[in-house]
Amino acid sequence: MADTDTPITCVTDDGPIAGIDPNLRVAATESALDLLGEIIDRHGEVMFHQSGGCCDGSSPMCYPKGEFPLGSSDVKLGDINGTEFYISGPQFEAWKHTQVILDVVPGRGGMFSLDNGTERRFLVRSRLLPQD
Amino acid sequence: MNQMTNLEATAKTSPFAARYNNFIGGEFRAPASGQYFENVSPITGGVIGEIARSNASDIDAAIDAAHKAAHGWGTTSVTERANALLAIAQKLEDNLELFAICETWDNGKAIRETRAADLPLAIDHFRYFASCIRAQEGTMGEIDNDTVAYHFHEPLGVVGQIIPWNFPLLMAAWKVAPALAAGNCVVLKPAEQTPATIMVFCELIADILPAGVLNVVNGFGLEAGKPLAQSNRIAKVAFTGETTTGRLIMQYATENIIPVTLELGGKSPNIFHKDIMDEDDAFFDKCLEGFTMFALNQGEVCTCPSRALVHESIYDRFMERVIARTEAVNCGDPREGDTMMGAQASSEQQEKILSYLDIGRQEGANVATGGSARSMPGDMANGYYIEPTILEGNNKMRVFQEEIFGPVVSVTKFSDDDEALSIANDTLYGLGAGVWTRDGNKAYRFGRAIKAGRVWTNCYHLYPAHAAFGGYKQSGIGRETHKMMLNHYQQTKNMLVSYSPDKLGFF
Repeated sequence: MADTDTPITCVTDDGPIAGIDPNLRVAATESALDLLGEIIDRHGEVMFHQSGGCCDGSSPMCYPKGEFPLGSSDVKLGDINGTEFYISGPQFEAWKHTQVILDVVPGRGGMFSLDNGTERRFLVRSRLLPQD
Repeated sequence: MNQMTNLEATAKTSPFAARYNNFIGGEFRAPASGQYFENVSPITGGVIGEIARSNASDIDAAIDAAHKAAHGWGTTSVTERANALLAIAQKLEDNLELFAICETWDNGKAIRETRAADLPLAIDHFRYFASCIRAQEGTMGEIDNDTVAYHFHEPLGVVGQIIPWNFPLLMAAWKVAPALAAGNCVVLKPAEQTPATIMVFCELIADILPAGVLNVVNGFGLEAGKPLAQSNRIAKVAFTGETTTGRLIMQYATENIIPVTLELGGKSPNIFHKDIMDEDDAFFDKCLEGFTMFALNQGEVCTCPSRALVHESIYDRFMERVIARTEAVNCGDPREGDTMMGAQASSEQQEKILSYLDIGRQEGANVATGGSARSMPGDMANGYYIEPTILEGNNKMRVFQEEIFGPVVSVTKFSDDDEALSIANDTLYGLGAGVWTRDGNKAYRFGRAIKAGRVWTNCYHLYPAHAAFGGYKQSGIGRETHKMMLNHYQQTKNMLVSYSPDKLGFF
């Protein structure tokens, strides 16, 4: 099969994540920070919860702060300019060796996430955290 | 009123009208906001029409219409309700080619599959639940000589259903058929990625159901799905999707104290024992197909066999055969009848899959075949295509632990039965699994030991009505595609009757 010439950026590319501290559990690209800023301007403080499973699974879901009821097993990966980013405990076990990089792509989905309807969508990219 | 769908469409042109309104109270109504959003076909990446962008007031109107219809529909005889479902099935069957074309344009999947799977399964589903409701009986318990406990099935009333984008019409059928059979009225919110086929369905079945029995409100999840899930005027909510939204929907249901059914995905193991290669026969050929089922529906299936576990003694020979089988998947134009795999459902889905191929490579997975976006000629150049991809690695990698929802299988090897079971069950999910062996005893032991709601044994990706479908662990709550689904849409009414003239004697 032919290789693609579709312009897809992944984290192995230097561009979108240059300058991000590789030791953080969660970080964001400039375009993610821009969209996050717009959403906060519109909705006030927000939070993220990383989803898993089918369809829109693996999407970082963005909610008004406090709307998503956190459970005792949810793990806070860190914060992005003060916006907290959570993942479920069992999913953290599978993800803990990787850095979560919040990025933005054109798109529509997102269920009840506040990026829904902006025609842009948060997307998680990942890279391996340095070995301890 | 909608501009009508092009009922004479052929696969090469979009069958859809320029604009679809909501279906509320038996009629097509413009959204309250007057706003519409563009529906994009994954095949071309181009706009194929406009869809109502609804909000809470449209959801309210749909719930009003449903409540207005609820008593009448709930007390309609099971014969009449069953006949309505049979009429819907017949309408689908009479228009099978049209709906197949619609699903292919709306979702991107190959028309070979919509013709042979999505539509026949949806049709059969309506017929199945028509049969179930006719055959369902309450119970009667003789408590003592004079006291009898009768148990009646009663509908819940008005239910909310949120439908995913991977099998838009079939997933609607899975939820709508049992709900209507049981006597409920439905407010359905399709996925905004695939909003159009269900509107064609509404056009064609509008005169079969009384007004308000089925209402379909399109729009974005945040603006229309959320008010539906939060409504305190629905008696139940059903959702297929992912875990975070599933938790949120449960939370909303908690606030209203209503039941939920959830189907939240999986990471299904497909286990190939060494005896499958004892012969190079028809059964082994079936095994090869069973492996390649990861490419069905472009991998956008909650039960995608996305983890293949292969016995180490056959690993190299088996991989040679399945790589060849995978590379033989015809990835042409989804609108051609011999194309085997189509487009991913959206641009962001394509991006997500690529992000997983990226982390898989970083974690050291070997790309045995595929591994990239797929460029397509002509009007498909801006569509969303991925190569069927085989990764080799170990079960701790994220590509083994998360649902990629693309045509990607992650393969690892095992040395004995204990290790195979350990790997198979080392996952957050438990929706599906596959076991391939010539040894019936081994098949039985594996089937019982795997923590999943369905274990396909010497088969995969069969979805017949009358076989229960649903998840263990984080894959969800409830069982679909079986008569037991009726229980999820019914109340139990107990009438406890005394046939004695004598008082108890307490007072």
